[in-house]
Amino acid sequence: MIRTLQEHGCEVVAAVDNGPALLRALREQEPDVAVVDIRLPPSFTDEGLRATLEARRTRPALPVLILSQYVDQLYAQELLAGGQGAIGYLLKDRVTHTAQFVDAVRTVAGGGTVMDPQVIAKLLARSDARGNTAELTPREHEVLRLMAEGRSNAAIMHTLHIGESAVAKHTASIFAKLRIEASADDNRRVLAVLAYLKR
Amino acid sequence: MAAGRGGAAEAGAGAVPTARAQVRALARCQLLSLYSLAVSAVGALVTVTLMLLPIGVGRLLLPGAATALRRLSDRYRSWTERWTGTRISPPEPLPPAEGPRGRRAVGILGDDGFWRDLRWSWLEPWTGGLLAAVPLGLVEFGLFGAVVQPFVWPWLGPSNWYAFVLVDSTPSMLAAAVLGLLFTGAGLRLAPAALELHARWSSRALSAPYSTELERRIEHLTDTRAEALDERADELRRIERDLHDGAQARLVAVGMALDEATRLLDTDPGGARALLTEVRAGSARALQDLRDLVHGIHPPILTDRGLGDAVRSLALDSFLDVHVSAELPGRLPVPVETAGYFAVAELLANAAKHSGGREVTVRLTHADGTLRAVVEDDGHGGARLDRGTGLRGVVRRLSTVDGTLALHSPPGGPTTVTLEIPCEIRCENPCASSSPKTSSSSGTG
Repeated sequence: MIRTLQEHGCEVVAAVDNGPALLRALREQEPDVAVVDIRLPPSFTDEGLRATLEARRTRPALPVLILSQYVDQLYAQELLAGGQGAIGYLLKDRVTHTAQFVDAVRTVAGGGTVMDPQVIAKLLARSDARGNTAELTPREHEVLRLMAEGRSNAAIMHTLHIGESAVAKHTASIFAKLRIEASADDNRRVLAVLAYLKR
Repeated sequence: MAAGRGGAAEAGAGAVPTARAQVRALARCQLLSLYSLAVSAVGALVTVTLMLLPIGVGRLLLPGAATALRRLSDRYRSWTERWTGTRISPPEPLPPAEGPRGRRAVGILGDDGFWRDLRWSWLEPWTGGLLAAVPLGLVEFGLFGAVVQPFVWPWLGPSNWYAFVLVDSTPSMLAAAVLGLLFTGAGLRLAPAALELHARWSSRALSAPYSTELERRIEHLTDTRAEALDERADELRRIERDLHDGAQARLVAVGMALDEATRLLDTDPGGARALLTEVRAGSARALQDLRDLVHGIHPPILTDRGLGDAVRSLALDSFLDVHVSAELPGRLPVPVETAGYFAVAELLANAAKHSGGREVTVRLTHADGTLRAVVEDDGHGGARLDRGTGLRGVVRRLSTVDGTLALHSPPGGPTTVTLEIPCEIRCENPCASSSPKTSSSSGTG
């Protein structure tokens, strides 16, 4: 993991292996971004998450990307609760996809929000069942999913193989249909979409 | 033999019962004292049939008499439970009615419950009946002094004593009337206490013997243990099948694709790349399968955070609006957490599927050594335990941890399901850890 990050031009200022040390490092090193495993000693439960929430109490927009063996909607909600962004929550499996992982690290470092596709899939399934997204076309649905995952317009273009204007058209249509206030700021857009899906 | 307390005001020596509750208790005392006549009559009848045994007629009459006695004692048991909340465990049923009467009589003679009933029938008029008669007598005597005597005292003769008052003039009549009112009041005040005492007596006289209680407990444990074993076997079979059809199959496919890709590497790099993309997807699916499997066995959040947060997580996954309030002072034993979690999960799934409602509230509390989970939806009600397997499965799962399920679902709703599992708190909040690595230092008992 350290090698991967260094290969992609990141400087690793600290690598720790337990909760208390993590909290200390987050406070003292003031990193641009922290990549945190949720399950750490001493409890081997959600130590990483607790340390992150604790550190973000004093420094609210401290960028942290949390990795976990499994994702839970409650943890996602706790991480998003502050509403400041600069947070990521991904399954560990995603690390194997290096380009996407480094992308996620950079997004979080830049103050953005990255949510695991599985978190979003569950949120979307719930929204669909409750009829909140019934008005969307299948394409718009897909764009909404990618937006909620925290992808930028460029990433959406790349993933769906469509042009920039098409993405702009889809997003505008989604915001109009769901009555979400459109925002030029990428992060605010993600948060607005997530807030809508949680309804 | 557990003596639970009913919520009614007449149950307690604590607060003073309301006037209505006192009058009701008095009426019940009246009923008891009348019934004690019936009890002694039936008791005498049974005794007579016993005496007739040597000449054969008794063998024919005994089953009927014993059944009548049992009916009477059952009536007392249900009264006691309804009136004071004291549950009396019933004895084993009398031997069944099939076969010749003579043989049945022999069975009855060997029945412990029958002899206990008979003993009770002789004692009840002297203990229960007299006990119930005390408040009754006080009230009746009091009413005579306060209501009847003022009108009839001139005709009652010169040596007419009312308690310790010689009633021979208007002032002494008035004094007697006041005394009568006091007697009435005292009788009314005593009635609930008399009922309570009567319940205690009945519980001693009518409970099944301790050995029967133990037998029942053993039977219950044997049943639930068999169920638990069956369930575990099913679970293991399911896991084995899921692994075989899921992760294992996918990994085999991944291996084959890798093999193929290696072979194509030189001749067809494009094809090899496509295969490798497939391999990536396959390995991701295998991981997901494993995750789902683990979640189905024991959700990680339950280990991490305990029942309260695990149910909150369930609430977020539900398609309904689920409001969770969890007031648990600490972590519960692992089997209780697991049973509670899966029970609530099933109830939420049921609510989403069948209730037709939109909102569900889940309340988790722990008091008096019992975890209580109340799940209420705003649907159309009409749920029944004997329909569908979902609720029955929940009941079965709960029974292995001595848990119970109470369903209240009138047509038109709302549906309320109350789960109760007896358990102690494993460690107080904040529970430092649940992992075995540190539990020895953090556990408090």
